Amino acid sequence: MTIDTIIQIGFYMFTLLCLVKPLGYYMAKVYQGKFCKTDGVFGIFERGIYRFCGIDLEEDMAWQKYALSVLWFSFVSIVFLYILQRLQNILPLNPQKFSGISSDSSFNTAISFVTNTNWQGYSAEISMSYLTQMIGLGVQNFLSAAVGMSVLVALIRGFVRCSEKTIGNFWVDLTRTVLYILIPLSIILAVLLVSEGVIQNFNPYKKIQMIENPEKIQILPMGPAASQISIKQLGTNGGGFFNVNSAHPFENPTPFSNFLEMLAILIIPSALCYTFGFMVFDTKQGWALFTAMMIIFIPMLFLCCFFEQQGNPNFDSLSVDQKSGLLQSGGNMEGKEVRFGITNSAIWATATTAASNGSVNSMHDSYSPLGGTVPLLLIQLGEIIFGGAGSGLYGMIVFAIIAVFAAGLMVGRTPEYLGKKIEPFEMKMSSLVIIIPAALTLLGTAVSVITKNGVNGISNPGPHGFTEVLYAFSSAANNNGSSFAGLSSNTVFYNIILAIAMFLGRFGIIIPVLAIAGSLARKKHVPVSSGTLPTSNPLFILLLVGVIILIGALTFFPSIALGPIAEQVLSK
Amino acid sequence: MFTIIKTSFKLLLTFTILTGLIYPGIVTLFAQLFFPVQANGNIILKNGKYVGSSIIGQYFTEPKYFWGRPSATSPDPYNAASSSGSNQGQNSPELIKLVFKRINILKKADPDTIKPIPIDLVTASASGLDPDISIAGAYYQAKRIAKERKMDEAKVYDIINKNIKQRQLGFLGEPSVNVLELNLDLDDETAAKP
Repeated sequence: MTIDTIIQIGFYMFTLLCLVKPLGYYMAKVYQGKFCKTDGVFGIFERGIYRFCGIDLEEDMAWQKYALSVLWFSFVSIVFLYILQRLQNILPLNPQKFSGISSDSSFNTAISFVTNTNWQGYSAEISMSYLTQMIGLGVQNFLSAAVGMSVLVALIRGFVRCSEKTIGNFWVDLTRTVLYILIPLSIILAVLLVSEGVIQNFNPYKKIQMIENPEKIQILPMGPAASQISIKQLGTNGGGFFNVNSAHPFENPTPFSNFLEMLAILIIPSALCYTFGFMVFDTKQGWALFTAMMIIFIPMLFLCCFFEQQGNPNFDSLSVDQKSGLLQSGGNMEGKEVRFGITNSAIWATATTAASNGSVNSMHDSYSPLGGTVPLLLIQLGEIIFGGAGSGLYGMIVFAIIAVFAAGLMVGRTPEYLGKKIEPFEMKMSSLVIIIPAALTLLGTAVSVITKNGVNGISNPGPHGFTEVLYAFSSAANNNGSSFAGLSSNTVFYNIILAIAMFLGRFGIIIPVLAIAGSLARKKHVPVSSGTLPTSNPLFILLLVGVIILIGALTFFPSIALGPIAEQVLSK
Repeated sequence: MFTIIKTSFKLLLTFTILTGLIYPGIVTLFAQLFFPVQANGNIILKNGKYVGSSIIGQYFTEPKYFWGRPSATSPDPYNAASSSGSNQGQNSPELIKLVFKRINILKKADPDTIKPIPIDLVTASASGLDPDISIAGAYYQAKRIAKERKMDEAKVYDIINKNIKQRQLGFLGEPSVNVLELNLDLDDETAAKP
């Protein structure tokens, strides 16, 4: 671990920490309707949208209607995105004359982007037209993130409200998220990225004559990349404008653009912790969850850096130099870019899988067995260490509920969280939230490794091949979207089975979470007494971390043992 | 139920226009107005010809040029229209074979240099289009270039040092050397000499 590594990690964490409170405060004001008064001068856009769509600002929804709105809105989005891809060949803004996307790939991508997974089964620069990227994939980058954040806000209202049947208005939450949070942040980030060299144009692909041999032509892809990259980082989407995502020099040209994009991965999920604390009138609760996330995140980050810096033991006997020094970063450079080196590749890999972003700036498939376990494990913990925009924190709150319940069992008292009694209904729903993605991951992996169609996609031999499949299903079921990309997943089998995993992994969680919100909103607040378990002190934070690791380890240790651990043991 | 579906349609339409057309439009406007070079791909114009983008690597095989990272794009290396990494795991027999081959090619082109080869010169980049090599990777090739171009080795080192990009803001990223710009400078240097 060099001093440069520590400085870069320190600077990254420090900048992130500085932004949590201001952005979190701002978002809380937006959700409380106090930032931009809808009836004021600047509310004109918002009012216009409501009038056009027939939305009643005053309406308050019960959890069932909120959930139904989420489902229908997402369903309509999936259908639209599917049709758009199928018909892109007859639509405008397709300078490369790409044909329509195949039905199974369109199905997979439509579900992938609407569920905020952004798994890239396709290779963008050889298949997607500018129009599809903009009004299809780009739009869902905004909307899927906004849906997650809206569901989180509904859950927060469940804790705040007292003896009420309703948890807010989905349309209003969604509209405000996009208008006041996502669009302004995206514009700022996109322009900064362009200044560093991320492309943003509508030109056809450019042919250039190569320097060594002018007879040879290199075709440079073009397109409106920056506008899409900024929202895919901010909205924890992760679907790149190009095949190799943010490893592509046009998508992530410099260390500074890399820093901005890495910051964008974690900024909204982190700041939402503060928003949560602010909205439940106790910011310490938000900081407690944030601290728990950090306690898991930081060691993982250093582990990943450490393992990747070790280099490949298979090359030790060859005449190569893998040591880090003043003239090179050294380490395991297969699948990594020189400008990022080991440090920035490892920070990115850890951040993108802690958050359910899934964009990459290095190829996770080429990581060392133990280095690659870090991203895999972070996904499998359930995308709650920061997690997706909104979805990460509602997952974390569910874990807090379980931690409170576990503590309640130990001392024999009815558990409470934020003044609400946690009863069998909440516990049943919380269990669903934990079990569904875990079951999808393990079952999907099992089915794939025993069927011919599944095994055919594997590219690396031995335990590493198993890890490729395990990673794919972990990523899909937890809506991350990164991959061990050696797996050839653009096949009918994987497109369909992964799409099902993504769909159930998203909505199989949103519905129970909204049910918890509805149930909590109906309850009265229990006054704090000497028997109340404090949920913002270090003891509770450690308990929460323990619960997360215990559940994750118990569920996934056997499969990790078969994959990366077996590989590590077998390698020299 | 019907109202929900209708609202879903209208809201999706609204946001498709807002975030799918207006938003990229605004960003493009800013980009083309303030950063036209960057927004269009940092294309290098030389003697009236477009010879490349300064941030996308090209394939160099002749010994008189600095070589970049190995590239796993298909069908040819450095195919910018289809970016890709190798996705080979650390213990992949394929990878070990390839690295062996790359070492041999480098050694054969330059039997005089006996120091170990910097790792970035024998491992494929993530994008297949990495424009950079490490400083060590450039220094390693200096002797070969000097011999092929009949230049002073010190002169080659000068050109490398001129092209070193230090960490951004002093601490971000890794120091690197842009292979394309390095080779263009080399060509200029050779052309200037009679």
